[in-house]
Formats: sequence, structure tokens, C-alpha cells
Amino acid sequence: MSGYYFALAACVALVVFLVVLLRRRRLREKYATAWILLALGVCVLGAFPGAVEAVASVVGVRTPSNLLFALALVVLLGVCIQLSVEITMLEEESRTLTEEISLLRYDVEELAARVGSSPAASPASAPALPSAVQDPVPDAGLGGALVDVVRAPADVRDDG
Amino acid sequence: MTGGPDSTLLVILPAWNEQDALPRVLAELQVALPGADLLVVNDGSTDRTAQVAREGGAMVLDLPLNLGVGGAMRAGYKFAARRGYDVAVQVDADGQHDPADVLRVVDALRTEQADVVIGARFAGRGTYAVRGPRRWAMRLLSSSLSRVAKTRLTDTTSGFKASNRRAIALFSVDYPAEYLGDTIESLVIASRAGLRIRQIGVEMRPRVAGTPSHNPAKAAIFLGRAVLALVIALTRPAHRAAGGHA
Repeated sequence: MSGYYFALAACVALVVFLVVLLRRRRLREKYATAWILLALGVCVLGAFPGAVEAVASVVGVRTPSNLLFALALVVLLGVCIQLSVEITMLEEESRTLTEEISLLRYDVEELAARVGSSPAASPASAPALPSAVQDPVPDAGLGGALVDVVRAPADVRDDG
Repeated sequence: MTGGPDSTLLVILPAWNEQDALPRVLAELQVALPGADLLVVNDGSTDRTAQVAREGGAMVLDLPLNLGVGGAMRAGYKFAARRGYDVAVQVDADGQHDPADVLRVVDALRTEQADVVIGARFAGRGTYAVRGPRRWAMRLLSSSLSRVAKTRLTDTTSGFKASNRRAIALFSVDYPAEYLGDTIESLVIASRAGLRIRQIGVEMRPRVAGTPSHNPAKAAIFLGRAVLALVIALTRPAHRAAGGHA
């Protein structure tokens, strides 16, 4: 019987660990919910081992532990698929960000080139930008390029 | 350099470690297309591709990561869409595509009233030939995609493509980064969105640098992946109808 107490203790420890991760924001709630439900379920089975045997005889599994193994495999398969889906989403997001960064870098370099080439700009880096922005000649060009920069985030949302 | 009122043609060259081939390609493009803007999308190269491109007079989009041709091209189409180019042409940076053909492909957008024009091998011009599984794969792909696009396509994996504003707008939001996504799936996306796809024959030249692979095992893998890409692309829900706008 002591094996069941050990299993029960392990399940409780798992639930506590998940809650701690959640509280420290190391785990997002959308992933934790399934795990907590699972851990609670295993706690119930650990506390009432007769339940597994009852369920096993209902669904026609001769050895109760095989039912647990089969269920565990199904759960792990589901988790793996969910993680693959999430990774795909992350890759698409990082792809979009990569594209945006390159476009923004182009805009920044273009602006820097204009600022650097304007006669009002001083070679020192700190005062160069404000003096050039006040300069009426490159101002129109700066405005046009800034519109591109400001417009960029709206297009990102279209991708979602 | 930047998109002025006169320069409405953008040549996009996705480039990954192409420092050896790029200078000649850029120089030839500038001679063949004096009015066009050149955009090199540096796809996370580890060599001097970006510097070489700038020295060659091209604009450079510097991707901090390697995204593959599809990722580089979507960045290029975004650039074209935001700066309001009328036509974007994708040209390989390795020198396979003859710059003299670019204008023919672009002109075909108008003469064929197409939204996308593919510069195709095996279309009566040029001497490019492949054999074995790779050839079967290309046959299968072109016959299936010809049916999807409702026009005869002989070279569906060509990286030589001209797009008008409608196609640029579509590709700037939906251009797959997967293997073969930039060729096969993008054609499926375009025809599903109601764009008119046509092809004209072009000549392929040997690469300026680097060697093409003729390994039969690789060709067989190519066939498998191509069929998978096509099947997935065809069964994907068409999630966006191309706007008649823009």
C-alpha cells in the first residue's frame, strides 16, 4: 500500500510545482491548465486505486496498469502536437519580426544617410539628429520616411 | 535610388552567401534595366553579401536571420508594397537568370494581362535539361499546377517571377517560407486568390558561382517533398481573397 502513498505524494508535489511555476510566470496558464487537471486526476487515482481497476474492467482492459500506460501515451502525444503547433506559431512570429526589423533597419539607415549628408548636421553624434530635424530642407524627406516607419506595425497585424 | 515617381520597377534578389556571383549580376541588371531599382534581400548571409550589394549600387534589406527564399521574398514584397512599386521581379542572385529577359517577363504582365508572369525553362527557349526523378517531379508539378492555374505552366519551381500591384499586395502578406513554398505554394495561393498567372520562356545560364546538385537520392527526396507541398497547398483553406484594390 505504501506505493500508493508515494504516488499520491508525487502527484501533490507536481501540482504544487505547477502552481509555483504559474505564480512566477514561468509557465503560461494556457499550458498549465491541462497539466494541473492531469495531476489532479492522477492524485485521485493515487488516492483511490480501486478506481483504475473499475474503469479498466468497464472499458475491457484486463490489466489496469496497461490502461494507465495507454492513457499516458495519448496525453503525451497530445502535448507533443500542441508544442509543435506552438513552435510553428512562434516561427511565423519571429519570421514576421525578422522581416519588420530588416525593413525598419533600411528606413533607419536611409534616415541616417539623409541626416548625415545635410549641411546643418554636425559630425558629433549627439546633436546631429535634432539640428537636422529642425533644418527645413531634409524635413520633408524625413516626414515621408517616418510615415513608412509609423505605418509598419499596422501591416504586421494583418498577418495574424 | 529610392522609389521615385519614374522608377516603378523593383528587382528583388534574395541572396544567401552570394558575394561571388552578386557583383556581376548587379552590374548586368543595371545595364539591362537602367530605370529599375535593385533590392538585394540579404538572407542572413555569413559572408560579405550585404557590402557587395551596396557597393554594386543596390538597396539592401538585411535580414538578421536566415529565413529561406520565401522569407526573403516576403520581406522584399513588403518593401515593394509599402513603397508603392508597380511591378516587382524576383531574380536569382546566382546569375542563372539572364538580365536581358527581365524586361520580357515584365512586358508580359501587360501583353498577357497577367498578375504574375513566370520566366520558365522548358518553354521552347534555352537548353536547360534535367533527368530522372527530378524530371518526373517537375512534370507532375507542372501538370497539376497547370490545372490549378488554368494555364499551361512548364516550370513551376522557377525563381524568376514578375508580379503586379495586386500580386505584390497578396505576396506581401502571404508568401510561404517552407521548402518549395516560395514556388509551388505561392502559385497555388495566387491562382486561388483569382490572380492571372502566365509564363514566358526564358533561357537559363550556368551559375556564376556554386554548383547545382544532380544526386538521385536528393532528387527523390525533392519529389517527395514537392508532392507533399503541393497536396498540402491544395487542401489548405483559401483564407484570403485577393482584393481588387491596390
